[in-house]
Amino acid sequence: MSLEIMIKIKIDGTYYEVEPNKNLLDTCLTLGLDIPHFCFHAALGSVGACRLCAVKKFKDETDKKGRIVMSCMEPVVDNLIISIDDIDAKAFRAAVIEGLMTNHPHDCPVCDEGGECHLQDMTVMTGHNYRRFDFKKRTYQNQNLGPFIQHEMNRCIQCYRCVRFYRDYAGGKDLNAFASRNNIYFGRVEDGTLENEFSGNLVEVCPTGVFTDKTLMKHYTRKWDLSNAPSVCVHCSVGCNTIASERYDSLRRIMSRYNGEVNGYFLCDRGRFGYEFVNDEKRIREPQIRSNKNEKKENVDDEHLFSVLSNSFSTNRKVIGIGSPRASLESNYALQVLVGKDNFNKGISTKEQQLTNTILEFLKQSGIKTPSLKQIEKADAILILGEDLVNTAPMMALAVREATRNLGKEMAEKRGIPSWNADPVIKITQDSKSPVFIATPFKDSLDELAKDTFRSSFTNIAELGFAVASVLDSEAPSVKLKNIEHQALAEKIASTLRKAKNPLIISGVHSGDENVIKAACNIATALKSIENKGLLSIVLPECNSMGLAFLPGNPLDILFGGKDKIDTLVILENDLFRRASEESILQLFDRCDQIIVLDQLPNKTTLRADIVIPAATFAESEGTLVNNEGRAQRYYKTIVNKDQVKESWRWLTEFILIKKGTQTVQWKKFDDIVNSLLVDFPDLEALKNYFSDADFRMVNEKIPRQPIRYSGRTSINAKNAVSEIGIEPDIDSPLAFTMEGSKENAPASLVPFYWSPGWNSVQAVNKYLDEPNGKMKGGDSGIRLIEPKENTPVTYFQKNNQSKELQPGEWLIVPVYQIFGSDELSSSASTLAQRIPAPFVYLNLKDAIDLKVNNTDQIQLEIANTKLELVVIIENSIGQGMAGVSVNLPGMLYLDLPGTGKFHK
Amino acid sequence: MEYIFIILGVLLIPLSIAAGLIWVERRLLSFWQDRLGPNRVGPFGLFQVIADTVKLFFKEDWIPPFSDKPVFVMAPGIVMITMLLTFSVIPFGPGFYVLDSNIGILFFLGNSSLGVYSIVLGGWASNNKYSLIGAMRASAQMLTYEVFMGLSLMGVVMLADSFSFYSIVQAQKNGWFIFPQFIGFLVFFIAALAETHRLPFDIPEAEGELVAGYHSEYSGMKFGMFFVGEYLGVTLMSAIITTLFFGGWLGPSFLPPVFWFLFKTFILICVFILLRASLPRPRYDQLMEFGWKILLPLALLNLLITGAILIFIK
Amino acid sequence: MFSILRTIWLIFLHIFHKPETIEYPEKKPYLPPRYRGRIVLTRDADHNERCVACNLCAVACPVDCISLQATEDETGRRYPEFFRINFSRCIFCGFCEEACPTYAIQLIPDFEMAEYDRQNMVYEKEHLLIEGEGKYHGYNFYQQAGVDMGVKGKGEGLNEELPVDVNDLMP
Repeated sequence: MSLEIMIKIKIDGTYYEVEPNKNLLDTCLTLGLDIPHFCFHAALGSVGACRLCAVKKFKDETDKKGRIVMSCMEPVVDNLIISIDDIDAKAFRAAVIEGLMTNHPHDCPVCDEGGECHLQDMTVMTGHNYRRFDFKKRTYQNQNLGPFIQHEMNRCIQCYRCVRFYRDYAGGKDLNAFASRNNIYFGRVEDGTLENEFSGNLVEVCPTGVFTDKTLMKHYTRKWDLSNAPSVCVHCSVGCNTIASERYDSLRRIMSRYNGEVNGYFLCDRGRFGYEFVNDEKRIREPQIRSNKNEKKENVDDEHLFSVLSNSFSTNRKVIGIGSPRASLESNYALQVLVGKDNFNKGISTKEQQLTNTILEFLKQSGIKTPSLKQIEKADAILILGEDLVNTAPMMALAVREATRNLGKEMAEKRGIPSWNADPVIKITQDSKSPVFIATPFKDSLDELAKDTFRSSFTNIAELGFAVASVLDSEAPSVKLKNIEHQALAEKIASTLRKAKNPLIISGVHSGDENVIKAACNIATALKSIENKGLLSIVLPECNSMGLAFLPGNPLDILFGGKDKIDTLVILENDLFRRASEESILQLFDRCDQIIVLDQLPNKTTLRADIVIPAATFAESEGTLVNNEGRAQRYYKTIVNKDQVKESWRWLTEFILIKKGTQTVQWKKFDDIVNSLLVDFPDLEALKNYFSDADFRMVNEKIPRQPIRYSGRTSINAKNAVSEIGIEPDIDSPLAFTMEGSKENAPASLVPFYWSPGWNSVQAVNKYLDEPNGKMKGGDSGIRLIEPKENTPVTYFQKNNQSKELQPGEWLIVPVYQIFGSDELSSSASTLAQRIPAPFVYLNLKDAIDLKVNNTDQIQLEIANTKLELVVIIENSIGQGMAGVSVNLPGMLYLDLPGTGKFHK
Repeated sequence: MEYIFIILGVLLIPLSIAAGLIWVERRLLSFWQDRLGPNRVGPFGLFQVIADTVKLFFKEDWIPPFSDKPVFVMAPGIVMITMLLTFSVIPFGPGFYVLDSNIGILFFLGNSSLGVYSIVLGGWASNNKYSLIGAMRASAQMLTYEVFMGLSLMGVVMLADSFSFYSIVQAQKNGWFIFPQFIGFLVFFIAALAETHRLPFDIPEAEGELVAGYHSEYSGMKFGMFFVGEYLGVTLMSAIITTLFFGGWLGPSFLPPVFWFLFKTFILICVFILLRASLPRPRYDQLMEFGWKILLPLALLNLLITGAILIFIK
Repeated sequence: MFSILRTIWLIFLHIFHKPETIEYPEKKPYLPPRYRGRIVLTRDADHNERCVACNLCAVACPVDCISLQATEDETGRRYPEFFRINFSRCIFCGFCEEACPTYAIQLIPDFEMAEYDRQNMVYEKEHLLIEGEGKYHGYNFYQQAGVDMGVKGKGEGLNEELPVDVNDLMP
């Protein structure tokens, strides 16, 4: 901020030094001055539609009269003189609100936005309080917008934020403004589910209660009654920051927690609505034990459990531990300490482990930077290799969308229109977009942004990648495509990337093809070696895949096929049946004398376990996750553990104590295990300087999880016992399960909720930011564990040529990931489950005709002795001879993809 | 033997009066406020005193961990000791006194000044900002009012030509000193109020602003000692005023002299309580100003005039 | 100076006044019907619960002794799944009645709530809900509120126009 030239403006008689090139409203919010506003949203820009942010502008010092301008449309220039408190401006704003309120229904008590409503805040801020309008109120019919979003159009104040977010920002098609004049209607053409993957953000974007969270409505709680904790989304590898909120011991909702480097203001629907698995009735809440393989499991208490376990970990037994990429770094580490480094298994397939390790090594050694989402938004040319971003890393897809608008903004700047001036920028942009090339086996919702798309198998996608690299740098492995068009495309991509200021390559391990990853790495290396620029972002399969890559361990497959007995097998939060074939796992289980599984929800693995231990979810524990960017972020406990649920690392610590003899650890609280982890893994040392430990205090006080208006303290537990029990102490974090404590804004990684006097809505976030859409005050949360090295030698990957020839009658099967369904935990969320499709297969029309199947017909697929019933979906973007099969949807078996398979009618 | 009885009498009468005052004050206050006051325990609520005492004895006697313990424990005792010692020089009747000291008034003034140690030490040892402020106020108030308290009595001393209480009472056979020494009485009365921190001059306690001031941290019988100490102070001051200005035990002879002494004292105690019921508390600075700028000159003037008249007469 | 003496004198005269105190357990004072003792939950004219579980009473409560959970019936009408007040904490301030936007919470003259077992001071919805409308007859929140929650259709409430025809583009 300080590097730029600052200019001086005068607001209500006080001079301020501010940044140029911003609008006045943005500037005032940055300065902490309150100007009421509706339609302005820092991520969406200004359109000047609501007329609420009126201020008075004066020509010069002598001008006493001034004129009213909309601050969101007013560029900040040197020596600008304005007044916010001016009596005319105030009256103007009150009149605008009064006008907006003439049709607003009298229903705050039953409105889910009540208590965190931007309209309520603005009405109070402008001072309008009595209705003078004697005529009738306008009404609208509502629409059923699907399982996520509740619609109540009467509350609308026509600010247009919803369509601007949904259509212009998130690329949705099925929400629009209808009708005219005083009757403007925001909705769909007809009732139906909002299709966009980011529809949940309407809840936060809408300044009033038109769009509200339907999952919250089922167990509705006002914002002031929620006990919150900073959390991190566990449903994909991007690691968006969330606020998890609790009331009456259940998780009530997930809201976006601002992180300028990661998710900014928004969240995808999987992250927002995937939380319901935490409250699932099927949750494992007590340890279950069966004494005999044929018996049913019974719930037992801790004492009984530990007596059964007393021998399980003794040194004369062979103990194997299987970790998990969805468990925290600390839990995996605790397991590793329990079983020893040699016996620690990461619980991921060899292929996945190889790919992840390749990426980690490459990012550590190559000197190429892996960007945060914010930096992706700044890219001006993007190549996506083999990754269906919307389904595997939805927020990254949103960032790519934002990046494509960079060209338009640049065009507008050239014409003297600042990029925040949303409407003219869109008009000037028309269809111009920053170039994006997408190479995936089948269609992608980002296709509409692409300059060119390349549809082929992963092998060919990798070929294309290698070709691009070889065009860029002759040092790279020389690959020339046989198809002239494809070679031309490769050259076009290469020249575009070369010309761009900030080119970005995106790939991921979901393709399951190492050549794709290698190709992406080669392109990045080539760009760096010739132009010294270029970013590489790799999507990983799960929330802590990167974290797990930092720990040494064996892949899951190493356990298969052996003959020797395993005495105790400890499985940490991992459903092995999603990661390997049923056959091999059952064989493994047969070799085990005792299988101990720590997990949250029952699954095939817990079903076969001898001892099931109730593990805490992300909402009931604290832990560190490392996202695909290598950013370590910590989530904190929201719900006080009840029943016998405990954090996995805590259970494992107790197991270590049972084991004793070999090793004793002194882990009493979370910080102890983190410190121990940092000692054992110097790679993670950067964590030490960043995270606030449990002793951190804000002016001698803990940070309260509950807002100051939290209600019902003396009544919540009164049903069971009228005498009040004290608050649960939290020894693991600087947060407290109470409303008492520091009222100061906590550091970014510890902000449990957004609130500021007068700002009860989510817009209070502005008070926590350096500037709207900027960084959190004191820096965004999370710490990057991987930073590019300098002066690294240029090394290229060689292509691995072991392509298998297809036998007659065989099909090339590629994986199709689904935003709703392919993630394990979120598929157990009851509402989100309604959006999960039945297991399906994408087939080209011609192939379908050959196979004599129609759309929605059933077809049987056979891959490596596994047979699956799938629903046919005709998808012409997929090449002939290829079929895309949905991955890991509920009810599906594990498939090793990409692979070959046969169809049976 | 008789001497022991007198000592016991002098010890027990003020103590029982002080304890009884708890009930008397509450009842009187409530009458003046159109209430009933404590009337549930025993006849007319008389056993309230016993109930309160029992309660105080059985309350948890908590010593704050952050306090200066020896001083904290000692402080409440000082006020009791100094107050009770002062009673030894007061003649309850002819022959009914422990000691007829020829410097009785000086002994009384000295002892009552020592009483402030109790408050200052208590406030200091509590290690609590409110207590400390209360203690500071008490000492400032004491210093101020001590000065002309003594001066206001000099008129009486001149008239009686003695520092001995016994002689002073004897000297009033022909007329109570309140008449020639009205100004002296007024000044002494006000100073006595301030000296005992009774309302309206309860600035060291001022529960509205200082949450009970110097005895915030005290509980149980230690608090009880402060409490009784205050009532002892009221009784003492009433007894002194009776002795110095209202002729002590002198009165019609159909009743014993001790009765007259106690009767006059009781009336004065009631006046003390009446003032509590009717007057608001002045600000701290007002109290100081009143003391230094009005009462001190008045006391000096009284001394001057009395002296002048006495010289003129003699 | 004179006013001080006058004050003292006037206060002194009060010793001859009759005390105002009513000796309560023996003599019961008269309580007007609108006396504000403990709370009840009322119903509207259609015999439906008035409470819409808006949580305003809970947040207004200075001792935080009210807790409730909102839920909806099949028509979408909001009502409290449970409504609990811990009267052992209640200070009878009446803020909950003030805060209640639907006249559901009303205060009644009952205040004699002594119990030997403190647990009996915890009242649930079934203990609080009365059959009648209490002090305010004929008020129905859903008629005032412009939402469609199973009670009325869009545009059928008080002071409402019929729903807008979205397809109509007439100026």
